Amino acid sequence: MSKQVLLVIPSTIIARGLEQALSGTGEFETSCILGDLSGNISSRLKNLTFDGVIVDPAVFEYTARGKGKALIGAFSDTPVLAIECSPLDEAVRKQYDGVLSLYDSPATLIQKVRDALSVPVETQKNEGEELSAREKEILVCVAQGMLNKEIADRLCLSIHTVITHRKNITRKTGIKTVAGLTVYALMNSLIEM
Amino acid sequence: MNAPFPFSGKQKMSELLNNDFSLLGVLTRMGIPFGFGDASVEDVCRKSGVNTQAFLLICSIYTLDGYVPPRELLKDVDVRDIVKYLHRSHRWYMEEFIESLSDALKEMTAPCSEKYHLIIRKFLGDYREELAKHFAYEEEIVFPYVERLLAGNEGCDFSILQYEKNHSNIQEKLEDLKSLVMKYMPGICESRSIFRALYYIYALERDLSRHTFIEDSILVPLVSRMESHE
Repeated sequence: MSKQVLLVIPSTIIARGLEQALSGTGEFETSCILGDLSGNISSRLKNLTFDGVIVDPAVFEYTARGKGKALIGAFSDTPVLAIECSPLDEAVRKQYDGVLSLYDSPATLIQKVRDALSVPVETQKNEGEELSAREKEILVCVAQGMLNKEIADRLCLSIHTVITHRKNITRKTGIKTVAGLTVYALMNSLIEM
Repeated sequence: MNAPFPFSGKQKMSELLNNDFSLLGVLTRMGIPFGFGDASVEDVCRKSGVNTQAFLLICSIYTLDGYVPPRELLKDVDVRDIVKYLHRSHRWYMEEFIESLSDALKEMTAPCSEKYHLIIRKFLGDYREELAKHFAYEEEIVFPYVERLLAGNEGCDFSILQYEKNHSNIQEKLEDLKSLVMKYMPGICESRSIFRALYYIYALERDLSRHTFIEDSILVPLVSRMESHE
């Protein structure tokens, strides 16, 4: 089955050309072309299915360009490649899982996309894990309505560590909201009603 | 991707609806009755006093993932039809969808201890309140603002951009409910009742995402064009 690639590229000509080049081997398919990421980015990205993203960093405002990948990463775990339509700063380049050049041959393009998409994403490795004792402890605090700062103080952790634990809890359970985590804690008898 | 307008008013209504079962809900909310036989989309719409362009546009969004309507298509759409549709959807969610979901959850937790019953009921109750609050903002602030604009009433201290910026995510809790029901219900719950609950959650989730998309990619551009007198 071919892998779906989402293109976020303002230039139709470049997007169409890339779509053409990628479709050559039948390995990749363009799932959608977005000209920009304005409007409700989360709902737009959530409604699409794709295995990788190719973005022209020009879609991000200049000041946000350094964290462009993180902006997409907040909504999707898939690899993100950049296409260099105008010269990119090294700091901007290195956040991406690959950088395509307008002058790459179709074969080079495909190889680069293949490399990026075949890297197992870190978050996929640990799926199916149970919550650790520490995570359960933090979950209980969250369910009791405590803020990150309060949890950090009580458990003598840095806020940063608390946030990391919370991210892992959400990743493992698939539950994001405090209300949902509370239900989870109640159902698993970690807290009482 | 800006695909060309995918449907035509000349095609049969039954063919159009066949593209995606969620269109049946759109039809109902548009106030178009079934029993249209082999009539065309245009004819059926005309008979029910529904703007064909608005209907086709909404159907496109429900059918095609990520469909962004081209600007020229929006020109033929009356913002009143969109507001009417959104308003009816709000009522549909609160009066039909949430009620069906509530019944399904009740049935699902019936064999469990009282604890499960209470937890799930409270979660859904909170979600219902969140939805009601979200819709009330649109019904009481945004839609009347559009009415005032239509009446040529300027000088309002509201702008549609404020709405766009504050448009909150109403799907997170629903996604959580999905995980909870799918993964963590005790074994005593019957599979078919879990399936029924999930069925309503998925249907509501999908419909809400399209609903939000209509607000963000049709209502907002239409109103912002009215604001700038285009």
